[in-house]
Amino acid sequence: MARQFSFLLSLIAFWLLLSGMFTPFLIAAGIGSAIVIVLLSRRMDLADHEGHPVHLAWVAVLSYWPWLFKEIIKSAWDVTRRVLHPALPISPVLVEFRPTQTTDVGLVIHANSITLTPGTISVEVEPDRFLVHALTREAGAGLTGSEMDRRCTALEGN
Amino acid sequence: MSTLVESISAISLLLGALFCCVGGIGLMRMPDFYTRMHAASITETLGVGLTLLGLLLLAGWTLVAVKLLMVGALVFFVSPTASHALARAAMTCRLKPVLADVGETTSKP
Amino acid sequence: MLAFATLALLVTVALALVRAALGPTVFDRLQAANTVGTCAMLLLAVLGFLFGRPEFLDLALVYGLLNAIGVFAVLKFLRQDDLGEASKDAANLRERA
Repeated sequence: MARQFSFLLSLIAFWLLLSGMFTPFLIAAGIGSAIVIVLLSRRMDLADHEGHPVHLAWVAVLSYWPWLFKEIIKSAWDVTRRVLHPALPISPVLVEFRPTQTTDVGLVIHANSITLTPGTISVEVEPDRFLVHALTREAGAGLTGSEMDRRCTALEGN
Repeated sequence: MSTLVESISAISLLLGALFCCVGGIGLMRMPDFYTRMHAASITETLGVGLTLLGLLLLAGWTLVAVKLLMVGALVFFVSPTASHALARAAMTCRLKPVLADVGETTSKP
Repeated sequence: MLAFATLALLVTVALALVRAALGPTVFDRLQAANTVGTCAMLLLAVLGFLFGRPEFLDLALVYGLLNAIGVFAVLKFLRQDDLGEASKDAANLRERA
């Protein structure tokens, strides 16, 4: 119930931010549609721990994002140099390893972070096996038991 | 003060546009589909990120800035999912990636 | 600088279009289409500022959503031959590779 209420509040905030017009009619329409969406998602069983993950360890999330941005910038710069280098120094590899996350949300965050970082793309994602395509051998070697893996496990909380 | 913000925004827009171009160039230069995806992900992370940061600094504290952040969050969450779906479909199709030889020495740019 | 960003984005779109035309596999074309979509979204945002019409950002938001949904739709169509029914298997996908 608390989860649905916070879902409702975030939907109303989303409406207000997108519309930017605060006449009584538009606000009422926004609240109305938010309620309808919450009822529909309740019927479809969507606002569960996956669709609206409010249970994550938020302190870890807030420190994870800046760290992820830093990693993205570092590896994007590396890939940029390789793309623009006349000799195109790449050594693509497929790497298979076992992630340490136990929940679906944790696995999805880990796989999405791998894909978001230029130079590595998660190809197959299963609870006990990640198959990752890496642009260079060095990027591929750094994946098993990485800091990203550790941080994603910390996000899962409880 | 405002000139400082404007120049940071100009630099950010310039870099973002250049990184977008790098993604496009990589899309042309890379040898096979999987490596091309790596090049395209530069456009989707640094290209989008820096361009939106530049626009964000131009917008200031308004609802426009909130919408720019929403566009950023959308790309941030959805584009890796699309890339993963694409790579997975290609792998299911048995599209073989070009891989480096095992014996080769490490590649430094 | 906004004009330069517009120009660079157009160059990227052109490069992606060449890749989409060259192929060689359907996945290369899809990746190129995805890049064109991302650049078009950015282009809408930048043009909104260039012309002083920030309403363009709403269009950019919708375009970004449609872009992702478009990729998923084509992949689903490849896999299952139509968009409505669920789960014929992956054999279908291999057949058309």
